[in-house]
Amino acid sequence: MDDKGCECKQRFADPDNQEPLLGILERYAGEKGALIPLLQDTQEAYGYLDEKIMRALAKGAGYQLSQVYGVATFYTQFRLEPIGEHLIRVCHGTACHVAGAELISEEISNFLGVKDGQTTPDMKFTLESVMCVGACSLSPIMIVDEDTHGKLKPANVRKVLKKYRGGNGEKEE
Amino acid sequence: MEQVHLNIDGKDILTTSDRTILEAARENGIRIPSLCNEQRMEPYGACRICLVEVEGARGLLPACYTTVTDGMVVHTATEELIRIRRTILELILSDHPKDCMTCESTGSCELQDLAYEYGVKDARFRGEEHHYEVLADNPLIERDYDKCILCGRCIRICREVQGVGVYDFVNRGFDSVPGIPYDKPMMESPCEFCGQCVSTCPTGAITSIPSKGKGRSWQVEKVRTTCAYCGCGCQLDLHVREGEIVEVSSPLMVGPGQGNLCVKGRYGYSFVQHEDRLTTPLVRKGGDLVPAAWEEALGMVANHIREAMDDEGPDSVAFLSSARCTNEENYLLMKLARAVVGTNNVDHCARL
Amino acid sequence: MSTGGKNKLVLGYGTCGIAAGATAVKDALENELATGKYDAYLDIAGCMGFCFREPIVEVTDPDGRSVIYGDLSPKRVSRLLEAVAGGEVIEDWVVRRSDEPGAGEGDFLANQHRIVLRNCGNINPESIEEYISTGGYEAARKALTSMTPEELIDEVGKSGIRGRGGAGFPTGTKWGFARKAKGEQKYLVCNADEGDPGAFMDRSVLEGDPHAVIEGMIVAGYAIGATQAYIYCRAEYPLALKRLDIAIAACHEWGYLGQGIFGTDWDFDIKIKKGAGAFVCGEETALIASIEGKRGMPRPRPPFPANEGLWGKPTNINNVETLAAIPWIIANGGDRYASVGTEKSKGTKVFCLAGKVRRSGLAEVPMGYTLRQVIFDVGGGVREGKEFKAVQMGGPSGGCLPASLLDTLVDYDAITATGAIMGSGGMIVADSSTCMVDLARYFLSFTQEESCGKCVPCRIGTKRMLEILARICSGEGEPEDLERLDILAGDIKAGSLCALGGTAPNPVLTTLKYFRNEYEDHILRKKCTAGVCPALITLHIQEDICTGCGACAKICPVEAISGEKKEPHAIDADTCIRCKLCLSRCPEEAIYAE
Ligand SMILES: Cc1cc2nc3c(=O)[nH]c(=O)nc-3n(C[C@H](O)[C@H](O)[C@H](O)COP(=O)(O)O)c2cc1C
Ligand code: SF4
Ligand code: SF4
Ligand code: SF4
Ligand code: SF4
Ligand code: SF4
Ligand code: FES
Ligand code: FES
Ligand code: FES
Repeated sequence: MDDKGCECKQRFADPDNQEPLLGILERYAGEKGALIPLLQDTQEAYGYLDEKIMRALAKGAGYQLSQVYGVATFYTQFRLEPIGEHLIRVCHGTACHVAGAELISEEISNFLGVKDGQTTPDMKFTLESVMCVGACSLSPIMIVDEDTHGKLKPANVRKVLKKYRGGNGEKEE
Repeated sequence: MEQVHLNIDGKDILTTSDRTILEAARENGIRIPSLCNEQRMEPYGACRICLVEVEGARGLLPACYTTVTDGMVVHTATEELIRIRRTILELILSDHPKDCMTCESTGSCELQDLAYEYGVKDARFRGEEHHYEVLADNPLIERDYDKCILCGRCIRICREVQGVGVYDFVNRGFDSVPGIPYDKPMMESPCEFCGQCVSTCPTGAITSIPSKGKGRSWQVEKVRTTCAYCGCGCQLDLHVREGEIVEVSSPLMVGPGQGNLCVKGRYGYSFVQHEDRLTTPLVRKGGDLVPAAWEEALGMVANHIREAMDDEGPDSVAFLSSARCTNEENYLLMKLARAVVGTNNVDHCARL
Repeated sequence: MSTGGKNKLVLGYGTCGIAAGATAVKDALENELATGKYDAYLDIAGCMGFCFREPIVEVTDPDGRSVIYGDLSPKRVSRLLEAVAGGEVIEDWVVRRSDEPGAGEGDFLANQHRIVLRNCGNINPESIEEYISTGGYEAARKALTSMTPEELIDEVGKSGIRGRGGAGFPTGTKWGFARKAKGEQKYLVCNADEGDPGAFMDRSVLEGDPHAVIEGMIVAGYAIGATQAYIYCRAEYPLALKRLDIAIAACHEWGYLGQGIFGTDWDFDIKIKKGAGAFVCGEETALIASIEGKRGMPRPRPPFPANEGLWGKPTNINNVETLAAIPWIIANGGDRYASVGTEKSKGTKVFCLAGKVRRSGLAEVPMGYTLRQVIFDVGGGVREGKEFKAVQMGGPSGGCLPASLLDTLVDYDAITATGAIMGSGGMIVADSSTCMVDLARYFLSFTQEESCGKCVPCRIGTKRMLEILARICSGEGEPEDLERLDILAGDIKAGSLCALGGTAPNPVLTTLKYFRNEYEDHILRKKCTAGVCPALITLHIQEDICTGCGACAKICPVEAISGEKKEPHAIDADTCIRCKLCLSRCPEEAIYAE
């Protein structure tokens, strides 16, 4: 369990390490209007857009910080805060809504004690809502990390999430 | 640029193809309301208060953004347009403190003026309102985003005109608001405190702290003068109330500055009435500086120059001018040095 | 199709299939096949449209007969392979068989007319060779080597195709504007932002047949005079992005992209730009801002992108589906395309059927079909034999149509006349358990969330509309609210800067028009007849069904349910917070809301 935790932390670079950013800046050097891909790649490398990194990015790519910040807060893809170990995305597309996605989200919120867009204090889960993930025939849908859970019922939500929470897959209320 | 004939509200107008409908209308005495538009910046087309009907066009068009074309027929005040303007104003007011009583901008607020003109009293549509903290994190500029109508003028003037880019919109949709990254105070931003954002903000969202509570627009007398700080010659309007300068602004599209000022021109006025300010020349007598008349002081300078010239020749004299003088004044000093005194020893503080 | 004397297995490997577990099926199939016991090989394809039966495998025997099986799982793989080896058909799993068109869900395909989806599900989208084997890139070769740009524009004009991205602007005319615009550098953009939250036509095309889109872009670029093109694709479509990457790389190898393509002196290249999560970026000017690296905020038009687009240069923007139809039109002639459809709406339209429809999936039908044909003949009608209540077309920009309008034709003007829009192709079917007020509220909450915030009517207006709707759903609506909604809807439509705000009121206006009684039920009688809006329902346990298992009592967060073991339980309405948890928990489905 501990090992796994470490592994997960290493998924992303530390914001104090500018190495990955420099590589990304180089990749887009001289390219017109590359701010969004710059931010996308940076977020991929660091997991989120830390203030230090954002400042270095603005400077390195020749943007005003306000521009970079304005863009990062406009698009929902960008995160200014680190995310938890597991990312839960609940589909709120039309089909999933009609199938009761709101009840699913509510139940997750009740269980984890966080609202949409928030991360649990133990940094285990981040809850997000997304729009149609293209699997409407399986609605309502929740995606945890890479796994899709379709035809969900509110009553089953806890059972699914507990698998991700506990050490060897089970238990731990 | 071509000549363009168009018709606005029944009036035939001749103008040029670079004009927007709004400009063409205003030049011809037809008033179309606007909020997000201001002459110093590129049009933006956000507030929709300037919508007009153009015959043959699909949908209503923003007068501030749409350039005129030949044969265009424009209506600026149809029933539908007035209805939409009222709804827009009501919507803005539904998320706005009704605080005109003590608001710094009363009397010079474009929103207040339009609400008055369109008789919008209270919002039919109530709902969530934003409540931001008032930001007075520096001695000059206060920001109260509860009063912001998101016209983007502050953002654009700072970026387009000033070239600084302190602000941008933060967030999206209903929760978007102009801001400084990471909510940093202005002192920690690249802000130059030129007050350009204050000058363009149509509401009381960005105001000057030094003039707070010092006078409504109708209580002050505006005295036109030329900025004394540098040779550019920006035009200033000193807002004077009972003999005291309470604020400085610059008339739009007038003079070399076109309504733009720098921090010195806009905020550097407290010296005018400062007790330390010299009001007469001082002459050193026995080691002490003593007030003197201009004739005496200038006479003394002239005598010293003449003495030096007589003793050591014209090149023993040098002239140093100031960046605060106008070109004309600098020119005259140069003439004095070269033609009257006969030396090329003339220079300027800006080179130091 | 030749299978090389072997049995060919094609696994549906699009996002829907993968979500339904196709990867595990793929692994199982590969393991079994690796044993060498079976005379068969495995290939993949994009979405075949049978999303409701995923994971799906199509088996083609050496004689060319094919059977499509659905609902596969790793457990079923060995049974499947044995049947294949033995030349047997497992009737229960059949989705469609070529020798018996009536079997399984055969009429789902039989009632379609597939032009855009011509290859989806039939070829491996990661193989340019398979695309070429179906005649791929011949249209582009023909266009570049034997036609002038003007002839191409004429041909597309003749086809009558209108933009499939929603607005329905005639594509030939649009190309003509961009062609005529003055400028050395012009750009072409493929709009693959697909933001409608209930639609995935474009994704399926990109995943199932990316080369068709690229070929359409080559033709469009040549026609308007653009040497550089972009595909703006939402980042939420990783598989589509991956397949586009593969396809573009293959095109470079084959000389279909890059310098001097198809042996001519014409240069053309495509760059992929990933969206970053903003529905409004599907709007043309916002999309341009986004490619330029800015906040995706629209600007007024005119000037139109055809004259001042990306980096201020003339730019033509087309939707994925529009572009995917182009190679077919060039290969078969505009007249042939125009022979399908109605007078002003030509060709075919892809729809994404979802909601309470029995066969939720992807279907392409000729224009001029009735909605009834689409929903019942193709879609198989409403699930669980329930009654059809409404169909929502065009997503957040569209509207809800009642049963009485089921004979409306799939035709831009006919649909617009109802208050809905053709839209990009989302079709959500609602039954008696769907609350129309809640559905309107849902769409408004979507547009309100997605409003860029630039203009007042949309930024504040949609917020106020949403607040009114939320009030109605929570039982606090007042009769004047309907009038307020009307006023706001009208002024937001007329006053908004872009079509996001300009169409946002449509779901509300159409439900007000066709389902006003439901609003009145909510406001005057404080009832949600569909049993959806929590504040307006009560939950009951049907005594004659309840077995007293106690599952509901265990899950209830507020202990509102009581009863003896093995005796019917009851809900205390005062304690109940109407979270509906018990509803999905009861194994007997004894609990209902009203
Ligand atoms: C808010 C908004 C979202 C849109 N989203 C899309 C989209 O996701 N995909 C698309 O092709 N068109 C979308 N459109 C329509 C496009 O702006 C544009 O009309 C279309 O891409 C043009 O291509 P077409 O002529 O081939 O239809 C959207 C329009 C608006 C106003
Ligand atoms: S900003 Fe204008 S409308 Fe608002 S309170 Fe101040 S004066 Fe009144
Ligand atoms: S004072 Fe000048 S530099 Fe500072 S934010 Fe305002 S416009 Fe920008
Ligand atoms: S602060 Fe003033 S200038 Fe800036 S957006 Fe708000 S209202 Fe406009
Ligand atoms: S209508 Fe909405 S999305 Fe479009 S510009 Fe206005 S605020 Fe932005
Ligand atoms: S709806 Fe929720 S609160 Fe009410 S009885 Fe069922 S589980 Fe309990
Ligand atoms: S609406 Fe949830 S997958 Fe489409
Ligand atoms: S003044 Fe024209 S849209 Fe604001
Ligand atoms: S010279 Fe214009 S403000 Fe200083």
